[in-house]
Amino acid sequence: MNGPVRDFWLQFRRNRLGMVGLALVLLLAAVALLAPVLAPVDPFRTSRQALLPPMSPGFLLGSDHLGRDVLSGVIWGSRVSLLVGLAAAATATFIGIVVGAVSGFFGGWVDELVMRVSELFQIIPRFVLALIVVSFFGSGLSNLILVIGILSWPQTARIVRSQFLRHRALPYVDSARVLGMKPLRIMFAEILPNVLAPVIVVASLDIAQAILMEASLGFFGLGDPNLRSWGGMLNTAQGFVQRAWWMSVFPGIGISLAVLGFNLLGDGINEATDPRLREG
Amino acid sequence: MPNRGDKTLGRFALGRLVNSIPLVLGVIVVNFLLVSFAPGDPVTALIGDFPAPPEYVERVREQFGLDQPVHERLVRYVVNVARGDLGFSFANRLPVLDLVLERLGRTLVLMIVTVTFATTVGVALGVMAARKPHSAADAAATGIALAGYSIPVFWLGQILVIVFAVWLGLFPAGGMRSVRVTYTGLAALLDRARHMVLPMFALSFRYIAITTRLTRSSLLEVMNSDYILAARARGISERRVLWEHGLRAAALPIITVIGYSFAFIVAGSALVETVFGWPGVGRLMYDSIFTRDYPVMLGILLVVSLSVIVVNLLTDIAYALFDPRVRY
Repeated sequence: MNGPVRDFWLQFRRNRLGMVGLALVLLLAAVALLAPVLAPVDPFRTSRQALLPPMSPGFLLGSDHLGRDVLSGVIWGSRVSLLVGLAAAATATFIGIVVGAVSGFFGGWVDELVMRVSELFQIIPRFVLALIVVSFFGSGLSNLILVIGILSWPQTARIVRSQFLRHRALPYVDSARVLGMKPLRIMFAEILPNVLAPVIVVASLDIAQAILMEASLGFFGLGDPNLRSWGGMLNTAQGFVQRAWWMSVFPGIGISLAVLGFNLLGDGINEATDPRLREG
Repeated sequence: MPNRGDKTLGRFALGRLVNSIPLVLGVIVVNFLLVSFAPGDPVTALIGDFPAPPEYVERVREQFGLDQPVHERLVRYVVNVARGDLGFSFANRLPVLDLVLERLGRTLVLMIVTVTFATTVGVALGVMAARKPHSAADAAATGIALAGYSIPVFWLGQILVIVFAVWLGLFPAGGMRSVRVTYTGLAALLDRARHMVLPMFALSFRYIAITTRLTRSSLLEVMNSDYILAARARGISERRVLWEHGLRAAALPIITVIGYSFAFIVAGSALVETVFGWPGVGRLMYDSIFTRDYPVMLGILLVVSLSVIVVNLLTDIAYALFDPRVRY
């Protein structure tokens, strides 16, 4: 490990909640990667043993109304959450960095336009907009990722913009200009590496938000119909809350722990990289 | 917030109102874009996937100029929306605007009760946590805040139904009032309140988390300031320092965040209403997705976005009223 990464790790390691977050994220990743090995059966396999409670033979966490294994569903569902979370946050971060960098570096009418658009995005409820777009264009996995990603860029863009506004007036940027560097190179090779820490923090929180958003869409029946997802399982469970509590409880624990993990990880990174937040 | 000097509250409010006009237009344009880029015939986005009489389909085509160039269509769309014409819902047999406004009222009732409850509990928890940092109360407040940010609201709703309605039988599992028995007067009011308890709890949790965290951090900041030290030096009791001096200053960020989180409450409300069968605008959204009632979905987006603009405006005015630095 080289200098800055090592320094970061030494700081991060001291944060108990941050380490819990990291552990939860690693657990989620392990379950998602090993789903084919860990899941007892195919999560779509139906059987005549419908609505069995947990601890029934062959159904550790019970079965749903079609006799599908809840445990296998929860294990495979981790893949959807992790994939959508990572890919949507990556999309949002990419758009946010480009838009924020251009806006903060050049200023002027570009900046004005970007700020107005991001204000608009704050006003229009993201979830309602996502519901409409997904029900217009279909709820396949790539659509979900794109829609959630495109609706989540403004926060990253605002942070990148404010950092660029500050940095473009600093001496090192002036000297890069004097050396005749092109604006694009100054923006992405000189300034960007210096402002990455808060971007990574927002990205981690974005993953958590994207997981929640995907689960919410799934709960509204707008998940990928070809995949078992936690939100989709809770959509089905809604019809059986009176009879089969296990159909609700376990997928929800999955969502909560995944979201908690990325939230704690983001907070931990924030505290480790922002000297003002360090304690003692 | 910039220093507004000697501006009056009226002029300030007017200024904010003028500032929101581009946002209102922006919201309408986003809706227009959704209609225009919807797959298939744009008339479907204006009518919904419901067998409508052919005369009506032709009239909508004519009214929105669907055979005209884009700029012409945009102008017609803005004019129609400005006249309050958001189309007709064939699935509900009602004009979209009437339908959405009727449902929005029921959602607002739930939201107002929720925000009141969540603010009270959140501020109380935040004060407890800030009085003794790193104590057990502080740890509990942090725990609640973390859970509030991570637990999906609709799942919390299901768990509340399972525990308090199905297992314990303390509260009804859903609906806005009892259907089998008709209550009148006070009994009817109590019946409604009983139906509201569980959805309110589910929807509150996240806002309790937000207000707890915010109250704690702003109080900690305020309580370390010089004027609090001065108040203590004057011998004012610790309780009065906290409630009268500390909390008054901490109220400003709390007002702002509650006002500006309206858009998020709407999303939460849509999910909670679906769990509890609360007949508000969120439940309407859920139903419209299944009937493919596009004009209703777009109408909800428009009405809700405009309400967010109004609430943000009111929040700014409330902020100006509370801010001791502003004179009128």
